[in-house]
Amino acid sequence: MNRGNSRYGLMAEFAGHEQVVEAAKRAYQQGYRRMDGFTPFPVEGLAQALGHQRTALPLIVLIGGICGGIGGYFMQWYSMAVDYPINVGGRPFHSWPAYVPITFELIVLAAAIAALLGMLALNRLPEPHHPVFNVPGFGRASSDRFFLCIEAGDPLFDPAATRQFLESLKPESVTEVQE
Amino acid sequence: MRTRPKTEQVTERTSSPLGYPSSLLAPAETYESVTDTIGSIVLTRKHPRSWLIGFAIAFSLLLLLQAAIGYLFYKGVGIWGINIPVAWGFAIVNFVWWIGIGHAGTFISAILLLLHQKWRTSINRLTEAMTLFAVACAAMFPLLHLGRPWVFFWIIPYPDTMGLWPQFRSPLVWDVFAVGTYFTVSLIFWYAGLIPDLATIRDRATTRARQVIYGALALGWRGSAVHWQRHQSAYLLLAGLATPLVLSVHSVVSLDFSVAIVPGWHSTIFPPYFVAGAIYSGFAMVLNIVIPVRKLYGLEGVITMRHLNNMANVMLATGMMVAYGYLMEAFMAWYSGDIFEQSMMANRAFGPYGWIFWALLLFNVLAPQALWSKRVRTNLTALFFVALSVNLGMWLERFVIVVTSLHRDFLPSSWGMYRPTFWDAATLFGSVGLFLTLLFLFIRFLPMISISEVRELVAENEKGKK
Repeated sequence: MNRGNSRYGLMAEFAGHEQVVEAAKRAYQQGYRRMDGFTPFPVEGLAQALGHQRTALPLIVLIGGICGGIGGYFMQWYSMAVDYPINVGGRPFHSWPAYVPITFELIVLAAAIAALLGMLALNRLPEPHHPVFNVPGFGRASSDRFFLCIEAGDPLFDPAATRQFLESLKPESVTEVQE
Repeated sequence: MRTRPKTEQVTERTSSPLGYPSSLLAPAETYESVTDTIGSIVLTRKHPRSWLIGFAIAFSLLLLLQAAIGYLFYKGVGIWGINIPVAWGFAIVNFVWWIGIGHAGTFISAILLLLHQKWRTSINRLTEAMTLFAVACAAMFPLLHLGRPWVFFWIIPYPDTMGLWPQFRSPLVWDVFAVGTYFTVSLIFWYAGLIPDLATIRDRATTRARQVIYGALALGWRGSAVHWQRHQSAYLLLAGLATPLVLSVHSVVSLDFSVAIVPGWHSTIFPPYFVAGAIYSGFAMVLNIVIPVRKLYGLEGVITMRHLNNMANVMLATGMMVAYGYLMEAFMAWYSGDIFEQSMMANRAFGPYGWIFWALLLFNVLAPQALWSKRVRTNLTALFFVALSVNLGMWLERFVIVVTSLHRDFLPSSWGMYRPTFWDAATLFGSVGLFLTLLFLFIRFLPMISISEVRELVAENEKGKK
């Protein structure tokens, strides 16, 4: 942070998705780490170029699915074989094949809910306001422009040098992001 | 505002060496033009008069449904034609029909995503919405059919004061879980895909109310690369989860029948045959909706002839599977040597409901054979009517399965006839009204094509031009 100045970072605007990936790679080589790209569609390789190799989401979904499956099977076993056993034509109380469909459905249900909520939680959404929205023209990040923002919190951040670096990447414009 | 390039002629002429329409996107489309084309339907464009007329018709049918349900709750299920032996009349026919229609959406979204079928991109949003609305219509029917619909929650497991549990060995309870899960997962899948597009609408909205509403729905999405990475991961995982789910739902529905011992129901072919039929009728409904919508809203550049051609091909393939199912049912009835199966089959074809069976073969097996011809597949009117015929045929198929199997079972002393009443028909047409009303509102207020996914196609198009 620059002595109480409420600067969030510097934002460069690009016209094409290949440029923004290239710019992200260059910035990473320069040693910048606290930065983010903003694009109207998922640009392949951009997150990797920014240094985010993998996400924890598959693990969350796996855990959700396992919980759903175990919980679903337990519910059926407990209610049908323990809590309220009913003798249907002499069949065993713990008639596991009949429990398969509901167990399967609950695996899928719990895993899908984990996928949505996990994605939102990791992304810290909903977040109604964020400093990047202060950039004039940032609305085009959801239409046809590609942005790269280097945050002021980065140890290498220097208002003049970083601006110079971003301008060397030939963006459409470089804007200061106000907090 | 910029006018969109006229794209239809260009699209139709871009053909592959085989002579099939090949392009997924008109060559002139850019990031801006797709945002405009799709976003402006929600934001700025004046709606065609046909939207208003269509909505008025749909809403009138919805009011009819309300009247039918109101009278049903007042009087009871006796207002329908159901009785012993045919206790499952229109309500179950409609349930199975609607849930089948609801299969194309997730099939297109999930299975075709995993198979890297890029043509799904322009139609997945609309068909997912169609799935949700069809499943909503479907889920209504078993509840209405309950007799005491106000205690429907007894089929949900919760620690109640009666100390009872649902019977988890019953396919009817499996149904509750299958349909409930299918609806929830479809909703999650649809909403997850919508978030970035809602952000697009938010950023382009000009009135305060729209900015607030779409902004709240977009959850503050800002297109961050890290967010996209997790979003894509979640989307792919949801597709992977939805894929076996699609196949399971209609299989479970078919078990409602095949676990019973009634001749005409008790058959191992039911699960795969129901799933094929579901995808068949689902694609037919997609065509019936997409053909008029793309025309009215000028979406020919995004939903091209290639899409329609592919959907017709899927319909032809699944239609042949369904025809194979009919053939095998008849063959097994003869081959099993079971007198009840044989008399069921004879009654199905030559009994009092025989004409419905032959109509079903006409609409569902014979008419779709026209799709072998490329001229039919690329002719919008012909394609529309073939799809309509399939939708009708699939409804008749469910009628044949439900009613003709039930009305004559093992004991001739318990045979009977089922005659639908006015209220049966009112509920059926009313549910069509509910479906269309929701669909009209969706087209009016939400982006009906995934804008962010079409942008990916644009990016590829540009790469191709270089």
